[in-house]
Amino acid sequence: MADERFDVVVVGAGPAGAAAALVAARGGLKVALIERGEYPGAKNTFGGVLYRKQIEQLIPEFWKTAPLERTIVEQRLWLLARESTVSVSFRDDRFINPPNCWTGQRSKFDQWFAAQAEAAGGVPIYETGVTDVVVEDGKVVGVITDREDGELRANVVIIADGVNSLLGKRLQAHREWQPDQVSLAVKEVIALPKEKIQDRFNLDKNEGCTIELVGETMGMAGLGFLYTNTDTLSLGVGVMVSDLKRLKVKPYEVLNGLKQHPMVRRLIDGGEVKEYAGHLIPEGGFTAMPPLAGDGWMICGDAAQMVNAVHREGTNLAVESGRLAGEAAIQAHFAEDYTSASLQEYATAVRKSIIHKDLKKYKGLHGLLSFPDSDKLFGQLPQAVNDALFDFLSVDGAPKRDKQKLAFRKLEKVAGGRMDLVRMALKGWRAMNG
Amino acid sequence: MEGDERMSKAIEEKLYLIRYKADDKSHLIIRNQDACLNCPTKECNFFCPADVYEWDAEGNVTTVAYENCIECGTCRLACPAYNIEWVYPKGGHGITYRFG
Ligand SMILES: Cc1cc2nc3c(=O)[nH]c(=O)nc-3n(C[C@H](O)[C@H](O)[C@H](O)COP(=O)(O)OP(=O)(O)OC[C@H]3O[C@@H](n4cnc5c(N)ncnc54)[C@H](O)[C@@H]3O)c2cc1C
Ligand code: SF4
Ligand code: SF4
Repeated sequence: MADERFDVVVVGAGPAGAAAALVAARGGLKVALIERGEYPGAKNTFGGVLYRKQIEQLIPEFWKTAPLERTIVEQRLWLLARESTVSVSFRDDRFINPPNCWTGQRSKFDQWFAAQAEAAGGVPIYETGVTDVVVEDGKVVGVITDREDGELRANVVIIADGVNSLLGKRLQAHREWQPDQVSLAVKEVIALPKEKIQDRFNLDKNEGCTIELVGETMGMAGLGFLYTNTDTLSLGVGVMVSDLKRLKVKPYEVLNGLKQHPMVRRLIDGGEVKEYAGHLIPEGGFTAMPPLAGDGWMICGDAAQMVNAVHREGTNLAVESGRLAGEAAIQAHFAEDYTSASLQEYATAVRKSIIHKDLKKYKGLHGLLSFPDSDKLFGQLPQAVNDALFDFLSVDGAPKRDKQKLAFRKLEKVAGGRMDLVRMALKGWRAMNG
Repeated sequence: MEGDERMSKAIEEKLYLIRYKADDKSHLIIRNQDACLNCPTKECNFFCPADVYEWDAEGNVTTVAYENCIECGTCRLACPAYNIEWVYPKGGHGITYRFG
């Protein structure tokens, strides 16, 4: 490998890396795509929703050939308490044609997506870990892999190595994430016959449904999810690492707890667990984003904290940033200028894109999720809302006016008084509206 | 109920479902066992989703079952003493998800 020279080396064949490699290879550049897993996706897991827009920009009508699970027509939100749930759902057939999003599985999708980059001329170098970047005169000029004789030279290195970005840290693009900037998610894939899934979730053949779960995370800031695949369900929960540390709870116990919830149990009943997985999710948001480019390098996707946790969007932002990095690499190639100044084009493009706009909107969220507010928002409040509704809907002779008062008082009590309820609502509103 | 038993798997059974290709060399190293001895919280015994770390009170060491690691990265940033030297397993080694 030592003598090989590339225009671009991309580290990581997740959605960000594969998109970058695809774009750069199409632009006529000599590209290497390096992945440490046995195949792209072998190391990756996610909740399971893939969005159309950003992938379509690269591969029109990709859904006709890509390995996808179900087309999402219905999205539900469940506010869980111990024994009950408040449920909000939205369903619209306009989500079918063209589809808005699908469920998917990373082992299949990432392989397929990376294969598109290979088809465009990208050179796959899999089962290979990058251990370091080569820096000369302050410029990144290549990478070192764990292969024998494994140095690879390139004019530009695109770092798309995911949330644990060791290379980003090596370049001091960012410090180590703090435990309150990441959540740890654990997930199970549960096999269930197609017809059972369709019956239980009220779906037609290829239609799918997602359920986001709020509450029942032992008061830790976090969310659960239950998504329908073709003949499996994905059930998982992610909680802030700082909360796991504080409470000393085992992450899979939170998941086991969710599986026992009466509403969840009904939906997964009789299913067989096929796989267990765990992964970090970057939740630092806008303020945690590192510098995006320097001399000879750019950084994309999770490695740069590009996740919109409120809308469970990450793969699409990864694809978008990968595309923009690929385009910047092409420009740099033709200008023969790989300096930081030239590659800042990428940072500028990100700033103008949906990535920046959306993450900026939610930049206050991070502050809202810390203890003790997290305990109220993810523990006491869902329980109180459920209790309030139980009282309100119980026909027991008490006048409705009194019931309403009582319900409101319950919520107030959780927030710690009326002023605190107002304060929390305001804080929440600000967090959601930048 | 049979279905229920299958659903609430112990962690060993959960890990059993994952395909591993373990390297013979650990990719997780406790930097300083004395720090563990003096660590009041021993949080690594809890936050790891694969139960890789366990405090051995007799030997006064943190044991590391690196073969079970699912490569999430939590221990790297969650150990309060930053006492865990964390790298990925060698390319091609470690976990391989069939679904993801
Ligand atoms: C539980 C969970 C639920 C989620 N739900 C959703 C969802 O429903 N929808 C959504 O859009 N997003 C979701 N996300 C977020 C989404 O998965 C990520 O934002 C997205 O995968 C980021 O893509 P990426 O390419 O930046 O990184 P990754 O997908 O993490 O890819 C990085 C790649 O780099 C490789 N790599 C790392 N280091 C090296 C190295 N040194 N050498 C070689 N290769 C290396 C890795 O093996 C990996 O393949 C979820 C995430 C999790 C964990
Ligand atoms: S948390 Fe860190 S310092 Fe404490 S026992 Fe575990 S590894 Fe050792
Ligand atoms: S990386 Fe994750 S699974 Fe592996 S030892 Fe650390 S915490 Fe456990």
